[in-house]
Amino acid sequence: MTTPAEVEQTRVDPSGAEIGEENRPWLTVVWNDPVNLMSYVTYVFQKLFGYSKERATQLMLDVHHKGKAVVSSGSKEKVEGDVAKLHAAGLWATMQRDS
Amino acid sequence: MNGWTRKNGHLVTVLDRQEAAVVRGLVSQVQDMLQARAEEAPRDELAQLTGIRTGPANAPDDPILGRLLPDFHRLDHDDATAEDENSARALRSLHEPELVEMKTGVAGVVLRTCPPRGGSIVLDDEQAQAWLSALNDVRLALGTALEVTEDMPDELPDEDPRAAHLGVYHWLTWVQESLVQAVMG
Repeated sequence: MTTPAEVEQTRVDPSGAEIGEENRPWLTVVWNDPVNLMSYVTYVFQKLFGYSKERATQLMLDVHHKGKAVVSSGSKEKVEGDVAKLHAAGLWATMQRDS
Repeated sequence: MNGWTRKNGHLVTVLDRQEAAVVRGLVSQVQDMLQARAEEAPRDELAQLTGIRTGPANAPDDPILGRLLPDFHRLDHDDATAEDENSARALRSLHEPELVEMKTGVAGVVLRTCPPRGGSIVLDDEQAQAWLSALNDVRLALGTALEVTEDMPDELPDEDPRAAHLGVYHWLTWVQESLVQAVMG
């Protein structure tokens, strides 16, 4: 299974050097929990992020099978807003810097 | 109840008296818990002057409220730092009032649209979304209280004190699943 493409692309800069702490993007991580329905989680990813049904389903399956998935990334403010929206929908989401 | 269907652009179902009482009872309980949490929040003069609301920085002790109002960072992992903890406190304080307001708001939509004595329910898309969130919150609360696991059986042995409540949880799961399908379909 795959992780979202932009996350892979932002991991290192073109020169191959490590990106400094302040330049590393933030990631929105959704964790698996035993209550949330697979259909509902897919619906929330489509609704909140505008993802296609295929992409939303893939992310939901990553959460389900791998225990977590990165569902969005970007500036701290953007990711903070995404986590807040996911909490409102009842999903278990946290934010962290890309490592 | 025979599940939700989409008719003329609306999401419709019929709940009998007992089903309506279960939905309303549980949704009210979750709403009460959240309101009690909001009332514990610090009130300071600076917030009243600036209009910027601040909520509590500490995570709730109660596991149900803890699940409804999660931390913004994973603090239970070995690599969690003091910086993560401070940041989680700041983010909770900033975002929790709005989160509680949204959750009590969707509960209010259910209480306004679910007739106390049962009967037909007709929702527009926005109201259906509120029902999805509110049903999900109730299932999170019940699931946390019942310590539900992914491989939870349909029925527990009679001697298990959770046995009677698990049926309600499974019924709510079915109600929510049916509404997701009707909304997406």
